[in-house]
Amino acid sequence: MSEIFVLAEIAGEKVAKTTFELATLGAHAGSVTAILLAPAGRGAEFAAHLNAGPIERVIVVESDEFARYGVPASAYAISQLLTSQKPSALLIASSAFGKEVAGCVAVLTDSGIITDAVDVAADLTATQIIFGGSMTVHSRVSSGISIITIRPNAITPDLKASTPEITNESIEIPPTAKLAEVLSLEPPITGGRPELTEAQIVVSGGRGTSGDFSPVEAFADVLGAAVGASRAATDAGWYPHSHQVGQTGKTVSPQLYVACGISGAIQHRAGMQTSKTIVVINKDPEAPIFELADFGVVGDLFAVLPQATEGVRARKS
Amino acid sequence: MEGGRLDRLSVDSVLNDLDEYAVEEALRIAEAHGGNGAGAPHSVTVISMGPERTVDVARKALSMGADSAIIITDDALAGSDALGTSKVLAALIAKGDFDLVICGTESTDARMSVIPAMIAMRLGWAQLTFAGSVTVDPVAKSAVIARMTESGVEKMSASFPAVISVVEKINEPRYPSFKGIMAAKKKLMEVQTLASTGIDANLVGTAGSKSTVIDAVPRPPRAAGIKVVDEGNAGTELVNFLVEKKLI
Ligand SMILES: Cc1cc2nc3c(=O)[nH]c(=O)nc-3n(C[C@H](O)[C@H](O)[C@H](O)COP(=O)(O)OP(=O)(O)OC[C@H]3O[C@@H](n4cnc5c(N)ncnc54)[C@H](O)[C@@H]3O)c2cc1C
Ligand SMILES: Nc1ncnc2c1ncn2[C@@H]1O[C@H](COP(=O)(O)O)[C@@H](O)[C@H]1O
Repeated sequence: MSEIFVLAEIAGEKVAKTTFELATLGAHAGSVTAILLAPAGRGAEFAAHLNAGPIERVIVVESDEFARYGVPASAYAISQLLTSQKPSALLIASSAFGKEVAGCVAVLTDSGIITDAVDVAADLTATQIIFGGSMTVHSRVSSGISIITIRPNAITPDLKASTPEITNESIEIPPTAKLAEVLSLEPPITGGRPELTEAQIVVSGGRGTSGDFSPVEAFADVLGAAVGASRAATDAGWYPHSHQVGQTGKTVSPQLYVACGISGAIQHRAGMQTSKTIVVINKDPEAPIFELADFGVVGDLFAVLPQATEGVRARKS
Repeated sequence: MEGGRLDRLSVDSVLNDLDEYAVEEALRIAEAHGGNGAGAPHSVTVISMGPERTVDVARKALSMGADSAIIITDDALAGSDALGTSKVLAALIAKGDFDLVICGTESTDARMSVIPAMIAMRLGWAQLTFAGSVTVDPVAKSAVIARMTESGVEKMSASFPAVISVVEKINEPRYPSFKGIMAAKKKLMEVQTLASTGIDANLVGTAGSKSTVIDAVPRPPRAAGIKVVDEGNAGTELVNFLVEKKLI
């Protein structure tokens, strides 16, 4: 049976949820080993989080240099593991960090790379959805290790309990991977909400909010959702750029996307079109965003959202 | 200091939107430290790989104020994957004498966001990617960026040479002036073929691509949904819809 490696990313104080999505897809094609690049002395603690999903083995590499030197340090460590263990594939989450690591590992191991896949089959054929959701593409890596990055939320992870075998490796990071140094890190301001690209539900506001995101945030909070924004809203300074959804912002693919006061420009659609269910609230019945709506409300978001927020709250209590 | 800049030709042969930010940033870095052009301390070179019409793309960057352009166009390059593209671009960069290479964070066509990191890896240069701001110290030969990603904002520093990629929030690209457009016609544009890089044609283009597309099919349009006009209870109807769909 072929060996599939997945990169377990650490997000804050835990292992990123996407790791279990990667493992679930990896299990389609073989037996899954998670690579965990942890801060010195904290490998066992993070490895203990990898107790769910089809993960059979965890390789822990501890070093403070991963946080200090960013992408190249991780890429070198992973490449060394790949070279010595020769798995058939490496799956990594499609974040800015994940894609860059994948690209660097592809260079270091001279392997093909496919980014932003939403599915991986038993023969490692990757499925991508491109051109703003209008085309499905199937492709395969034809040389080297199949390096595939996977969009968060593309699948529902298998979370059955598991007890993977844990091994530790020590790897020397070469000087060429230490050319750029991280001086400081400010984590994203999420206001206690889930991370945008990982959230099951995203509620977004656009120019139609006129700068008042409070009804959007209130609805997001009652649903346990992340808040997104159109570029019109981020450009106006109404919401941080890190929350922009679209071609030049984040690509999200949640179970539910609620677009409030957003017209549906092609650049916005490019970032949300693959959401499973789409709800729209817009005053203008002709707004193009209605073309995507599973449930569309022609109405004022300042009236509809508070009523819906109350409705959800009433059901939950 | 020299600022190199990269651009991938987008399908409609306009300057890749996101790369205008890279040209703009290169010009601003030069301008902040004595300027570029004849007699000035810095120069900005545009580097681009693509089909013949890449020339027009480079011309636009020259009219914004870049000093010269190096273009590589060759039938053998058609169909290059990220490995092939980064190999060729790295070879062109290595032949020059650049301190910084400034890229966009993603091309509008491929959208992979991997080329800048791959070029840095191939060159053995520092990578300062996803920059929302860049500060350069030409004397110390170093740069500091604010890397903006889903993990937050990281301040990163490195010595030259470095590959920087910029996010679109970094600046407002200038429009070429009439004077700039006229001046661009006289600027040096060097057009190269693959042979001049010494790279084996089998390692690039479709021949060298390490991934294969099996098929590409249009996706069915989304099924028409429900549309209601708010008459005072659409919020409640929305909640009922979410319950029915088991979303809450
Ligand atoms: C290179 C490039 C990249 C871009 N990248 C992105 C990107 O990543 N993401 C992105 O979003 N955009 C992007 N854009 C911008 C995009 O083209 C649109 O300009 C933008 O998405 C519009 O935002 P909007 O829908 O909020 O505003 P508008 O288009 O102005 O729409 C506002 C909508 O709100 C409705 N409305 C107003 N008041 C109310 C109310 N009280 N209740 C309900 N509805 C109301 C209106 O009917 C209207 O439909 C990009 C553009 C370019 C050129
Ligand atoms: N053919 C090319 N020529 C020049 N620069 C390129 C080319 N392809 C990609 N780039 C640069 O790399 C960035 C990221 O591209 P990508 O990894 O394809 O999303 C782009 O914004 C460009 O700055």
